[in-house]
Amino acid sequence: MFTGQACYSREMQSQEVSLPLIRSLTYNPPVATSPVVGDVSAHLGAQMPVLKKTHDELAEIARQIRKDVCVMTYAAKSGHAGGPLSAADYTTYLLWNVMNIDPDNLTLPERDRFILSNGHCSALNYALLSHRGFFNRSYLLTFRSTPSRLQGHPNRLKVPGLEASTGSLGHGLSIGLGIAMGLKLSKSPGRVYVNVGDGELQEGSCWEAIMAAGHYKQDNYCMMVDWNDAQIDGKMTDIMNIEPIDKKLEAFHWHVIVADGHDYDAIKAAFDEQQTIKGKPVAIVFKTIMMQGVPSYADDYKWHGKFLDADALTVALRELHFNETPDEAIASYGEVKWHGR
Amino acid sequence: MAVKDWQLELTREAYGRTLVELGQENPRIVVLDADLAVSTLTKYFRDAFPDRFFEMGIAEQNMVGVASGLALAGYIPFLSSYAMFLSGRAYDQIRQDCDYQNTNVKLAAAHGGISVGQDGPTHQSMEDLAALSAMVNMTVVVPADFHQTQKLVRWAAAYEGPVYFRMGREKVPMVTDADTPFEYGKMIQLTHGGDCTIIATGLMLWMAIEAQRELATEGIGVRVLNAPFIKPIDEAAILQAAAETGCLVTAEEHNVWGGLGSIVARVVVGSEHLVPIEIVGINNMYLTSGPWTDLLEVASLTTTRLKDAVKTAIRRRDARVATASR
Repeated sequence: MFTGQACYSREMQSQEVSLPLIRSLTYNPPVATSPVVGDVSAHLGAQMPVLKKTHDELAEIARQIRKDVCVMTYAAKSGHAGGPLSAADYTTYLLWNVMNIDPDNLTLPERDRFILSNGHCSALNYALLSHRGFFNRSYLLTFRSTPSRLQGHPNRLKVPGLEASTGSLGHGLSIGLGIAMGLKLSKSPGRVYVNVGDGELQEGSCWEAIMAAGHYKQDNYCMMVDWNDAQIDGKMTDIMNIEPIDKKLEAFHWHVIVADGHDYDAIKAAFDEQQTIKGKPVAIVFKTIMMQGVPSYADDYKWHGKFLDADALTVALRELHFNETPDEAIASYGEVKWHGR
Repeated sequence: MAVKDWQLELTREAYGRTLVELGQENPRIVVLDADLAVSTLTKYFRDAFPDRFFEMGIAEQNMVGVASGLALAGYIPFLSSYAMFLSGRAYDQIRQDCDYQNTNVKLAAAHGGISVGQDGPTHQSMEDLAALSAMVNMTVVVPADFHQTQKLVRWAAAYEGPVYFRMGREKVPMVTDADTPFEYGKMIQLTHGGDCTIIATGLMLWMAIEAQRELATEGIGVRVLNAPFIKPIDEAAILQAAAETGCLVTAEEHNVWGGLGSIVARVVVGSEHLVPIEIVGINNMYLTSGPWTDLLEVASLTTTRLKDAVKTAIRRRDARVATASR
């Protein structure tokens, strides 16, 4: 269908894309056939690979993911690059070294769940799923184009591996809490990880979910806060300060961990600790830097909702240590096609 | 005839009792409430199945999101609050988490409409049917009475997809019985009559029946169609009624800006049967506090109004026929 490398820019954005084509790309998420009610511990013999990469290997995956995010927004001429680059390290650690997920078994009831509540960072979610084996990497170049499954904000009905559709801020915590409550009811060992932006916590419904999770002592539930102190209109602490976040969450009966979101030893220690906590939900506040990995643009809130043009991508590729021009970077993805679970 | 001449029962009583039956039959049924369990009558389920009942506190937005998560984990959540606080306060969650993601959530709204009595307009819901029926995947239902609510709740548990239904606060006349059919997307014809059709939803049904009986004594035959389903709408029944009776009256406890009347009118104007339609509903006004029967009078949701509407519809139809034949 999408053959030739120029497709990502010309045919993908053409107005002549047919509706039947779009329908053919709609993905029907598989329905869980395993029993979800009652004790599922009998199913635990199933393969649930946690990959356990070395920190050097993870850093390389995260470097590739940062390239993907930059190239995707360049190809789409839209999208958000800043947040994906700040969250890339700890989410890579999570999907490779923490979570029990298997692209070949999408519906296993005991799988762990990841929800990107700040859905505008969708480029990160797509790049993570692609590298983790849910679909092929070249398809990332279709990001935000009309017939693509990779919409501006994640749609769980279109992309295998997505657990929830997000985009309207302040929803992911509630949905994730509901899944976590269901897993407990089923006596499933699955855990739920929800990523929120720091600015997202300005949404009141987040605090409804935080209150309920503390009340229900939801210890199979982990919130990761991407604390990059940046949102559309400025620094989070200037726009609507949510500090002191640790004291607030502790007052809501949460266990709070604060960690450097770009240091794999600190990330490992945080995720190791959260798995030991009983009787409380866990928040990991990852201190991060917007556009981390591209020093020329780092820690500038203006990159929240920006895409990279050719000049910016040239800088980003160089600073991410890819010896490629933008055209060479696009070519490196090969034929643009869908191959997914 | 008046309300007191009917056998009265609570629709939410049917909801609460049927949930307990379903809970016994299906371990996937779970129930959530926002500090109104004694009012929405989910308390019966809470007492019978405490492990599968989730008290979410006074936080409707979170409740809707959590219910969507429970659905994604394989459960069938019923959640309750007052219609205004579900459809209003948690609109974004219903749209994004239930409708857009097509999750299997059952939104059971109590205290719908304006007949909720003395709490006043903050607790009255007359916009919900328009708001919810504009959603893509949502099924919107208004049960007319106790028996129809029982059937609806059973049907909703078996149906895969988001459903919003709206019950009332007060005991309302039991018009249907245990044998009255209830089928997805279908209207139910309750009386025959060739002069006009009243399409009524929710508690307007008993007034439609009263109007039909009183008009029969004047020699006017009225077909009464009950529309429990606002979305999807039974287009075939509407068009058959338009073709066979030549004029329509719609009746709903809802603002006339949106709701059943607007939906019926859309179906009719898109057809070959361009018949007169009289839309009976709340005429874009906030009500007040008071006994529910008073409120219906103030809103002009009465048997008398329906009779007038039928006569107006017939007059408009006949005037049109006379003009055409001139």
